[in-house]
Amino acid sequence: MGRMNGLVLSFGALGFGILYLPIIVMVIFSFNAGKLVSVWSGASLKWYAGLLENDQLLSAFGTSLLIAVWAATIATIFGICIAVAFVRFGNFRSRLALSAIASAPLVMPEIVTGLSMLLLFISMESLLGWPSGRGVDTIIIAHATFGMCFAAVVIQARLRDFDMAIEEAAADLGATQPFIFLSITLPVIAPAIVAAWLLAFTLSFDDLVIASFVSGPGSSTLPIVIFSKVRLGVTPEINALATVMIVVVAVAVIGASWAIRRRLSSRDQNQ
Amino acid sequence: MMGRSMWKYLVNVQAVTGRRLVIALPLIWLAVFFFLPLVETLQVSFTLPRRGIPPYEPLWGIDDDGFFTNFTTGNYALLLQYWSDYFGPAFNSIKLAFFSTLVCLLFAYPMAWLIARSNEKWRTILLVLVMLPFWTSSLLRIYALIGSLNPNGFINAAGLWLGLIDAPIQMMQTDFSIYMGMVLTYLPLMILPLYAVMVRLDADLLDAAADLGGSGVQIFRTIILPLTVPGIIAGSLLVFIPAVGEFVIPALLGGPDQLMMGKVLWTEFFRNRDWPVASAIAMLLLAILTVPIIYARYQDGRDAAAEKPNPKQAEAG
Repeated sequence: MGRMNGLVLSFGALGFGILYLPIIVMVIFSFNAGKLVSVWSGASLKWYAGLLENDQLLSAFGTSLLIAVWAATIATIFGICIAVAFVRFGNFRSRLALSAIASAPLVMPEIVTGLSMLLLFISMESLLGWPSGRGVDTIIIAHATFGMCFAAVVIQARLRDFDMAIEEAAADLGATQPFIFLSITLPVIAPAIVAAWLLAFTLSFDDLVIASFVSGPGSSTLPIVIFSKVRLGVTPEINALATVMIVVVAVAVIGASWAIRRRLSSRDQNQ
Repeated sequence: MMGRSMWKYLVNVQAVTGRRLVIALPLIWLAVFFFLPLVETLQVSFTLPRRGIPPYEPLWGIDDDGFFTNFTTGNYALLLQYWSDYFGPAFNSIKLAFFSTLVCLLFAYPMAWLIARSNEKWRTILLVLVMLPFWTSSLLRIYALIGSLNPNGFINAAGLWLGLIDAPIQMMQTDFSIYMGMVLTYLPLMILPLYAVMVRLDADLLDAAADLGGSGVQIFRTIILPLTVPGIIAGSLLVFIPAVGEFVIPALLGGPDQLMMGKVLWTEFFRNRDWPVASAIAMLLLAILTVPIIYARYQDGRDAAAEKPNPKQAEAG
């Protein structure tokens, strides 16, 4: 087994290397004083300072944030509906239809989703007069649509593990279904709801392809602006921006997993 | 007594309408914003292009002369006529996606094994390391890769400095850069399902096989590999399907030779403004992906059936 363990270890390490080396290099060069990306010419924070003065990036960041918050919120509410229907309602009549239509967006190529959404918005506009043109609202709708399918998957998994005895006890004591759902079910599945919201938020915040199709003038999101800059080449300013975004995500993910681990271990101790 | 049963009836009616609403809301939303758009794309793929806004004729309609239609199969005929410009990228997409899936598997398998076999502390750390890129923007990760692969990028600079190479190697705009981008983007999607099956693998089984004198290769071939096949299939589908339709990777890392369907569709749409042809390409892409998508759904269905729905839960809802 010795030789095989060595092989497993080296391929595994190489895999982690591929995942992280480019990011580490980029982070290091975001502190480079010179404009060249491969020649180190002293440490500097000037690219970070430049970010704060770049109005185009800042306004795109604001647009992306607004879209992601709305899209994630709509996606989570509908995701809860889908998850509850699947886990709790047994074999209802439209189950097959809902399961097909709620899982297809998960595997649909982004470029097809984007194009088809745009074509729908255009024909809706000519038939109903809404949405008039494309902008923040159409991006929110598009992002909420695929976001709810991912949110549903996350919430479903938690809802399946749910101990039904608690709800049955509440029902026996005379609580109504809506009351039970709001006061027992929701708090218990709250961590999954938060995770679903964050996932939908990230998917929306990072989306380039779909937003490119359904955005309008004045509603450029951050990925759209980054993409148009990246096409022209690697710049220290984008290095700095990417570093900020990756560090924020890293802190959030590590913090969240640390908190979950602590909660789990304290629960184990209590039992 | 009367009042009480009335109350119960009202609560029941409320519960039934509430239930209907919970199903209907997402169903209607997805029908309007997911299913209808696909129907619309299918329609546009059969209509005539025109100069104007939008740049295509309506497929059908009713005017003073009654019903009219602009139905044409010309867009698909165009794809066939310029075979090498459209089907070439299609084959290239499938080829690149297939080998990307294999390369991902090559790295993900040992990585997932390492994670599944390490102690609890290391497992958490390694899982976070796998999840972290998954939560960060893939656009930025691909951007970071450009900085490493460029002729004046980190890898070439390091190679020159160490004396390993005499001149910068052209890595960008080759199949190699595409594969690197795919691995960087989709590796976590391959690792997670593999990890999920490996962590459930019974360690006693492996110990028993080793005690009975099985060699490493034998144990792998007769026990580990067959038991991890579901993870391999799930991970491969998760990588292959989006990889075929990938746009950002060939656009940023590929050159003129690394044409993929996503990039061709994008060019037809944004640069040539030929929306009917772009729609026809979208339909072609969906046709290619139908088999793996249906297979993925079938796998999903089997997993769900294996879990057995709890009749009590159905009743309580």
